[in-house]
Amino acid sequence: MSAVLEGHTTDHHHGPAKGLWRWVLTTNHKDIGTLYLWFSFAMFLFGGTLAFVIRAELFQPGLQIVEPNFFNQMTTMHGLVMVFGAVMPAFVGLANWLVPMMIGAPDMAMPRMNNWSFWILPFAFAMLSSTLLMDGGGPNFGWTFYAPLSTTYAPPSTVLFILSIHMMGISSIMGAINIIATVLNLRAPGMTLMKMPLFVWTWLITAFLLIAVMPVLAGVVTMMLMDISFGTSFFSAAGGGDPVLFQHVFWFFGHPEVYIMILPAFGVVSAIIPAFARKPLFGYTSMVYATASIAFLSFIVWAHHMFTVGMPITGELYFMYATMLIAVPTGVKVFNWITTMFKGSLTFETPMLFATAFVILFTIGGFSGLMLAIAPADFQYHDTYFVVAHFHYVLVPGAIFGIMAGIYYWLPKWTGHMYDETMGKVHFWLSFIGMNLAFFPMHFTGLAGMPRRIPDYALQFANFNMLSSVGAFLFGFTQLLFLFIVIKCIIGGKKASAKPWEGAEGLEWMLPSPAPYHTFTTPPEVK
Amino acid sequence: MLLALRQPQLLGLGLLWCTGYAQADWATNMREGVTAVSQSIYNLHMTIFWICVVIGIIVFGVMFWSMLMHRKSRGAKPATFHENTLVEIIWTTIPFLILVFMAIPASKTLIEAYNADEAEIDIKITGYQWKWKYDYLNEKIGYFSNLSTPRDEINNLKPKNANYLLEVDEPVVVPVNKKVRFLITSADVIHSWWVPELAVKKDAIPGFINEAWTKIEKPGTYRGQCTELCGKDHGFMPIVIEAKSEEDYQLWLASKQEQAEKEKELTSKEWTMDELMTRGEKVYNTTCAVCHQPNGEGMPPVFPALKGSTLITTGDVKNHIDIIVNGKQGTAMQAFGKQLSEVDIAAVTTYERNAWGNNKGDMVTPQDIVKFNEAAQ
Repeated sequence: MSAVLEGHTTDHHHGPAKGLWRWVLTTNHKDIGTLYLWFSFAMFLFGGTLAFVIRAELFQPGLQIVEPNFFNQMTTMHGLVMVFGAVMPAFVGLANWLVPMMIGAPDMAMPRMNNWSFWILPFAFAMLSSTLLMDGGGPNFGWTFYAPLSTTYAPPSTVLFILSIHMMGISSIMGAINIIATVLNLRAPGMTLMKMPLFVWTWLITAFLLIAVMPVLAGVVTMMLMDISFGTSFFSAAGGGDPVLFQHVFWFFGHPEVYIMILPAFGVVSAIIPAFARKPLFGYTSMVYATASIAFLSFIVWAHHMFTVGMPITGELYFMYATMLIAVPTGVKVFNWITTMFKGSLTFETPMLFATAFVILFTIGGFSGLMLAIAPADFQYHDTYFVVAHFHYVLVPGAIFGIMAGIYYWLPKWTGHMYDETMGKVHFWLSFIGMNLAFFPMHFTGLAGMPRRIPDYALQFANFNMLSSVGAFLFGFTQLLFLFIVIKCIIGGKKASAKPWEGAEGLEWMLPSPAPYHTFTTPPEVK
Repeated sequence: MLLALRQPQLLGLGLLWCTGYAQADWATNMREGVTAVSQSIYNLHMTIFWICVVIGIIVFGVMFWSMLMHRKSRGAKPATFHENTLVEIIWTTIPFLILVFMAIPASKTLIEAYNADEAEIDIKITGYQWKWKYDYLNEKIGYFSNLSTPRDEINNLKPKNANYLLEVDEPVVVPVNKKVRFLITSADVIHSWWVPELAVKKDAIPGFINEAWTKIEKPGTYRGQCTELCGKDHGFMPIVIEAKSEEDYQLWLASKQEQAEKEKELTSKEWTMDELMTRGEKVYNTTCAVCHQPNGEGMPPVFPALKGSTLITTGDVKNHIDIIVNGKQGTAMQAFGKQLSEVDIAAVTTYERNAWGNNKGDMVTPQDIVKFNEAAQ
């Protein structure tokens, strides 16, 4: 804190340390944000490679490349790595970089814990990935790891999977506590809650979701551990337990989890669309309330993932109605974004392209979500490729396009250089085409009756699967271009001004580009 | 256009593929199915689909209009409006009313699908890794239904037939126009029994019994698959249901019961080595080969080799029978005592002791198995 008191004269003593130790010991929110983002990108490529194995096997009917058991390990690890390794850390990375700058704080409230919450992750994922090389293989029961397939019938490496989930949970909880503490305590004078940028709001709400549900996940994996190693029967009817209990507890975590992966993206898009429409965000207050409503509803709809487990009809009806309700606040958000664009002065630089695609494709994912909410129709959709199409539409052009839009938007602020706009646009269009080619046909294969998580399929699904595979490879390889664009931007490029986007709003744009190592050591005054 | 309305996704794809072709390999939509419930589910699906299309056209229409007309390059000057409570209330209320409109038919269909009362036939369905068992509770017959697609087709050594992965050795047979109740459970992990044409999908949960029902209106063969990840061969446990006329169903029932009688007699018959080996090979290939492989080499470490296994070559025959009948705790080896007849257990034990160079030369007869079971009790 002495830096704050001594003012600008001592700033040059507080630059980053040199070498590797800078990254290991850093407590600087920008360094930790960078670590999170690079880690997330590495996991994105790893998870993508696993998806390549899946799509290569599914390119044609028949077993060509991998054994069914290995295929199951691929689908499981792909899901776990993308959810816990790629999407969640990317948002924490964005939060680390941006939340302090957006609210005029010098750093996160608990910098050393911040360091720790990042450095747990590489170890958790090293442990998780190492199970693939072990006797009996890695987790092969799907990322939802339903008992008793994940307990009585699981490979021995499952205990390591459980331990790594615990570590990821600890990391997420610490990250969430840090964000809440920062937002509630370190806002600059005048930065009232209802003046905060929506990215800060969505992250604040996400952080509460994380604190509420990550312990539930920890609970369910602990119950699994007890069943596997200590002779309990939480999930075994033979000992008085119930396999469906697992699903209730899992989805009580799992449904808020999907909003954890999308709410911060809502925040990113709510920053970008007004900037490139050169017009203030429409309905700021309703956006905040809609986000809070979505978060609240996410706690009371979990069993719509379980319409076929044989719930009583009253349960089915309740969960159907509650789930359909989510469409209302989600609709409000979409309408607000579109009204923000309406009568704006639009330009379509790369961040805006990703944000626009986000609105369109996330809405399509929302439509299929609404269809899935209709319980009797879900009897036909459940556990087919229709569901796979649905959640990839909300996660790829939803969460991942949101992250990419944010990275392009704030990259000039982080690096001090403009990225290559032409290459950015090429990256967008190839991603857009590849992603739609990969996931749109899955709606069709699902409706036509193809179950998910199968390594081989009946002949009638062959054509669309081949298209999906081609799209998946296009999307996957395009991300190497993204890597290239980002590295190129870090190394050099056109100098970025403090506010490179004409319509951008917010405290972060008052800072020079690149943002100095320490910012807002004296809090700014917000009018 | 009519066809395009019935198969809405074709609207988008119509430019690329002719609709006739689309019927076969480019199937894009849910099947209407052959029961009243499946048809009302199909109608629900189409209603909600068209509602989404209309909302999509309006919402994306406004969006694309702005994207085209309100561009800076066209000289658009930004407006400054940024909130309007009335608009917010309107676009909260209208979607809510649409949802209520949707919830009514959805609730009706759900209540209908849940009413399994007054069924005329009860079939217990048990999921196993990786096959289904059907027990006709009142008719006193029961049998397993295994995938019948040859391994060579799966391994791309032979061309694949039209029903690739959707064919079984013994389908489940029901009469048309009769309410059939399914009591669904599992012997190991969670499976899910799904036949799209019936719109019946229900999880098979070990230790619990779920209920579902159907009343098929059209005779025919309908195919489905397990839809809950259940381990290695989740993709290889299809469901085939044959709906027959009442007379044909009765004929099938009689032949099935007769067959069961014959099977029972086989237990007391005198068996020769050759007969046991022939039958044993058949049993082995349908029941054991998925894990232990047709050549007996298994897939270590999870599925050990039987070829040259010390259990067989040096161990006591009793231990060998014991593992087949009672399974092995803590491993994937199931207890087959309840799944296979005495004849089949005897045959497969004999086969395993004498195939792939395990030339023990001894023979296990159905009577040995009966004695083994009696001793165990």
